[in-house]
Amino acid sequence: MSQPNQTLRRFDTKVQYLKYKVLRETARLAWEDKLLENMMDIPKTIVPGKEPTMRCCVYKERAILAERVKMAMGGHADNPNIIEVIDIACDECPAAGYEVTDSCRGCLAHRCEDVCRRGAISFDHNHVAHIDKSKCVECGQCAKVCPYSAIVDRKRPCQVACKVKAITINEDKAAAIDDEKCIQCGACVYMCPFGAVTDKSFMLNVIDMLKKSENNTKYKVYAVVAPSISSQFTYANLGQVITGLKELGFFTVIEAALGADMVAMEESRELAEKGFLTSSCCPGFVAYIKSAFPELQEHISHNLSPMARLAKYLKETDPTAKVVFIGPCTAKKAEARQERVRPLIDTVLTFEELQALFDSRDLDITTLPEDVLDNASYYGRIFARSGGVSDAVAQAMKEQGIEFDLKAVPCDGIEACRMALLKKSKNALAGNFIEGMACTGGCIGGAGCLTHGEKNKAEVDKYGREAMEKTIGDAVSIYNI
Amino acid sequence: MKVTVCIGSSCHIKGSRQVVEQLQHLIAENGLKEKVDLSGTFCMGKCQQGVCVTVDEAFHSVSPETVEDFFNTQIKAKA
Repeated sequence: MSQPNQTLRRFDTKVQYLKYKVLRETARLAWEDKLLENMMDIPKTIVPGKEPTMRCCVYKERAILAERVKMAMGGHADNPNIIEVIDIACDECPAAGYEVTDSCRGCLAHRCEDVCRRGAISFDHNHVAHIDKSKCVECGQCAKVCPYSAIVDRKRPCQVACKVKAITINEDKAAAIDDEKCIQCGACVYMCPFGAVTDKSFMLNVIDMLKKSENNTKYKVYAVVAPSISSQFTYANLGQVITGLKELGFFTVIEAALGADMVAMEESRELAEKGFLTSSCCPGFVAYIKSAFPELQEHISHNLSPMARLAKYLKETDPTAKVVFIGPCTAKKAEARQERVRPLIDTVLTFEELQALFDSRDLDITTLPEDVLDNASYYGRIFARSGGVSDAVAQAMKEQGIEFDLKAVPCDGIEACRMALLKKSKNALAGNFIEGMACTGGCIGGAGCLTHGEKNKAEVDKYGREAMEKTIGDAVSIYNI
Repeated sequence: MKVTVCIGSSCHIKGSRQVVEQLQHLIAENGLKEKVDLSGTFCMGKCQQGVCVTVDEAFHSVSPETVEDFFNTQIKAKA
């Protein structure tokens, strides 16, 4: 088994590592059918001693861990959101907005005062600046001009991360999520330094499904993996991850990128027919249009997402199939609950959860032989990064001989999506296809990724180039049998 | 007659697309479209023997090079 410090390097942050440990221990007990009797012991397994390792005392640490175990077991059923706040874990970070810090030297220039158009800045007898919060509009100009960087914006990381502005502060000063605005992208989950916002895990459903399949004899359990997997588990190679999935008990593993190839074909035809379209593969983007630009939702492509499209095909070929999607995305967990998708996708796992599942079985994937994963084309595979859907749609048009003057607007991150949608709503968009991805960089920036890095886009492109099928048409031809 | 070709990753790499395309062509050429139901499936659990094909449950190992022989002996002769 790998050493803890090695395991830590598999994640970006210690918060992810902690969440992983909870998932791993929960899964370990679930495989052994001992979870219900022993779930109360998990916090103590993770924080065994009397000395606190993260918080003020071990009791609080264990109380929070008990909440994390609940989230690992599916979270609170009465809360419809995939993303939940563990209120006792929320550190109630300062959220006062712009404040003058000790770094203010009481200078003579008073640039802060001059730049403030609201007259909110005054000085005490030491010439130190103060901000009158009743006048301040949080424009940040004072912070920009201070030569000592003495004025800071105290905002909560979760609120900074949440570009749809779904996070508010409740009367207990803990973060609260507005479920109507939340698009389940998980940006706050990844960003909260205390791990107080987290996504529900449905990992136990997967364990249950695998066990009851009795080695895929009662029914078959298919793993559909997102193409962003190529940028993950980089301490091993992709072929070993595939073997690992089969060792866990999956019948076989198929690329969601194949669903992306199918979508590219269908979406290009739909676009040519309608003249304007917004992409439908990112559930965060689709949810954002519905909540923030409801007047534009008629333009959302009617196509299923690649995940759901492939699952539909799978269930047509094998009606008793169980399909588990494994990807970088928390919003996919919400998509899987939609009426249209529920019959197709049985459960969704993140890469974080997959790592926990491997280790709950003490599977060191680096020691496993390599299996293969090759069905989709280059174009289906590059859906994982920003710009990929646009490239694929352009290629699908070319392959199908569709004459259409495609002007794609690839947007990654909700702010870029918002700009394009805003322009469209005012008829000022120079484009006829908005490719929207809620996460920065596309799916490779997803909250359920183990690691995020500069190289990830290059990894996806490399994986794309390694595809045996060079055209979308060849990749999908086999599915028209 | 039900003919199923494995289109999982392992068989795909060994040429299941070519096998399917040739079978489609041969079935059409021999006027067997009504008699032969050709379909795909993901994995038959015998990846080492791919491209895996079943004809009414009977297992065959086929490759793009042997597909014509396979068609003549297992499909055309029995259909």
